[in-house]
Amino acid sequence: MRIRFPLSAVATSAFLATAVMATILPGEAASAPKTSATIGMAVEPTGLDPTIAAPVAIGQVTWQNIFEGLTTIDRNGEIKPQLAQSWDISEDGLTYTFKLREGVTFHDGEVFDSSVARFTIERARGEDSVNPQKRYFATIESVETPDPRTLVLKLSRPTGSLLYWLAWPSSSMVGTRSADNNKTTPIGTGPFTFVRWAKGDKVELARNPNYWNPDAAARLETVAFRFVPDPQAQAAALKAGDVDAFPEFGAPELMHSFDGDERLVTVIGNTELKVVAGMNNDRKPFNDKRVRQALMMAIDRNMILEGAWSGYGTPIGSHYTPNDSGYLDLTDTYSYDPEKAKALLAEAGFADGLTFTIKAPQMAYAQRTSQIMQAMFAEIGVTMNIETTEFPAKWVSDVLKAADYDMTIVAHAEPMDIDIYARDPYYFNYRNPAFNDVMDKVQQTSDAGEQAALYGEAQKILAEDVPALYLFVMPKLGVWDRKLKGLWENESIPSNVLTEVYWEE
Amino acid sequence: MIGLVARRFAGLILTLFIVSVLIFTVMDLLPGDPASIMLGTSASPDTLAALQRELGLDQPLPVRYLAWLGGVLVGDLGVSYTYGVPVAGLIAERLAVTLPLAFMAILISLAIAIPAGVQAARSRNGPVDVAIGLFSYTGIAVPSFWFGLLLILLFATDLGWFPAGGFPGWGEGGVAAVKALVLPALALALPQAAVLTRVTRSAVLDVLAEDYIRTARAKGLSERAAVWRHALPAALVPIVTMLGLQFTFLVAGAVLVENVFNLPGLGRLAFQALSQRDVIVMQDVILLFAALVIVVNFVADVAHLVLDPRLRTVQR
Repeated sequence: MRIRFPLSAVATSAFLATAVMATILPGEAASAPKTSATIGMAVEPTGLDPTIAAPVAIGQVTWQNIFEGLTTIDRNGEIKPQLAQSWDISEDGLTYTFKLREGVTFHDGEVFDSSVARFTIERARGEDSVNPQKRYFATIESVETPDPRTLVLKLSRPTGSLLYWLAWPSSSMVGTRSADNNKTTPIGTGPFTFVRWAKGDKVELARNPNYWNPDAAARLETVAFRFVPDPQAQAAALKAGDVDAFPEFGAPELMHSFDGDERLVTVIGNTELKVVAGMNNDRKPFNDKRVRQALMMAIDRNMILEGAWSGYGTPIGSHYTPNDSGYLDLTDTYSYDPEKAKALLAEAGFADGLTFTIKAPQMAYAQRTSQIMQAMFAEIGVTMNIETTEFPAKWVSDVLKAADYDMTIVAHAEPMDIDIYARDPYYFNYRNPAFNDVMDKVQQTSDAGEQAALYGEAQKILAEDVPALYLFVMPKLGVWDRKLKGLWENESIPSNVLTEVYWEE
Repeated sequence: MIGLVARRFAGLILTLFIVSVLIFTVMDLLPGDPASIMLGTSASPDTLAALQRELGLDQPLPVRYLAWLGGVLVGDLGVSYTYGVPVAGLIAERLAVTLPLAFMAILISLAIAIPAGVQAARSRNGPVDVAIGLFSYTGIAVPSFWFGLLLILLFATDLGWFPAGGFPGWGEGGVAAVKALVLPALALALPQAAVLTRVTRSAVLDVLAEDYIRTARAKGLSERAAVWRHALPAALVPIVTMLGLQFTFLVAGAVLVENVFNLPGLGRLAFQALSQRDVIVMQDVILLFAALVIVVNFVADVAHLVLDPRLRTVQR
């Protein structure tokens, strides 16, 4: 018998032809110094206007690159002047007078002055505002513009966090002519201008040649943010050189695959993402503080980090991260002690154990952590059922809005959001006048030292009361080209600030 | 035959209409509200209400359905909640990736399956048949996204012949774009080729047992001519049916493969829109998927009539 058709001759030859074609194509010229960078992100932003939608990916592309604020936050988490060069706060803390910078223009040529600042703030606090952090503007009673360089904010009560909040992506200054189109073609005052958004693929920016601050002008000529959701694809893109940096690489278990790579470096920092297992403090048995404390003592945080996130990350004892000023390590308040936990449960009337359900979103960290917690709770006679829920859609409607849950687990992304425990309604259903009192005091002072001390008090209250199980802060798993310098190692606010990024010769 | 085609076409239109109602109702039943996803965890009720007004989500269900359907009929697919641009443009950009990808995958799978299937049939139960059988069972068992990962490891990471993912667009000559699609198309094609090989083999075997093939051989036709000129054309009907069915799997498989290769195709758009509850994009994309599948099956039906004259009379 003769074989006339070698296996798939046609396909093989077609494939070889393409392969040959691929190898003879010229590669990139290697000699000239690089002036462009491709930054990888897992999540594509939904629109590019951080003042009308919440997803952090929007700020991670636009904040400080395209958009700037009256104030800003630097890589150490400190508040710095930006479009406001200085300010004056009245004795009673009710009047903020900002001196605005001169010579600032938007990318479309519009001049930035006090009327633009007023427009931005009125747009954010107005009736039709869809600003995701509209509450931050709630105490502003009036906005006055005595002259083009002076902006006066009159407040209804002291708001010690105002300067911090004004630095957020959601407080970015937007132009009167361009604001309506920022969702698709963002125009700001920043060191980079928007070029193109190939949806589903990348956003391209270019250096702003007319940037108002020549000392802080961008060093890269062009930047592309590429969106790669799948961690395997992220690793492949990094190794193949398609992406120069992944500031927040998606899979800790793949970090070791970069070991020994001569071109890439891995940098482990901190984010603001607090992974906490919130409890419904209204519901039995979580309305009993002893039950919550016992559950906290059943948990070995280091074991969770090891099992769920390959050992990367920092254990926390309260809703606060080491990036934030006034941070206290409170993991010892209720540290791992299953015997004590059992005793405390018995004291609360649950000597025979108890059963409840955790609503865990589909994300890897939430699923893995829940499974480990389930085993740890079993050690003290507690049965936890795991119900997977879809994040964000179903989680937002069931847990966040309806508070229909026993326990849940999610990473809180907003920086310095310890005040969520004073919000009512909020899904924890935690109501503690003493805690609310501390949060009020934080707003009554604008002194950073006093605020830090008060935040310390607040952390202690939460660590003792355990309205949620405090587990860990997500690490910032950075992977980037060794020669790419200037990226942030830690993330005091979710962002990819590219102003200081450059290629080492 | 024209009457038959017209009847099939009327069925197609009716199916699409029913599908549109189903899609809209299911989307409305999904838990989760686009406005609260866009505004995140800190949004206050009045901000949410403002956004819902802006998006038109405060209107009753039938009003929203008719507005959507009316728009679709005149080619206006609406504006994406999350991207803020017309959905028609979004879909067009994505089709420029997904259609060539699907087309390449079909070509590759045909190029593998037809020769392999015919060869297997000819050497029935011989070593070649067994080898091809092993190959196709492996192909059926291996998921395309996993095969895609292997291809990336070998051809992108190690050899550097192809990009590891992403899509440069058709603007720059097309060579780079084709290169970006080769690996994903291969990943998609393998499981298809495996199934198609089995179908081709059994279809050709059936035909080879028919009397007219024996006659052809008896006339002194070479074995090759008997198989390729007489047996294969008659075996095409089941193969075309299978191709039509596989198109559905191709579209579904593209969602996974596009994720692995990070291609901005229709599958990615659908996945993203679902998690963001960009309902309008979901409705349009699913309707398009449904339309594609229905139309392809319609084309397969018509192709049967062309390929096999017997069907034209039998069904009258």
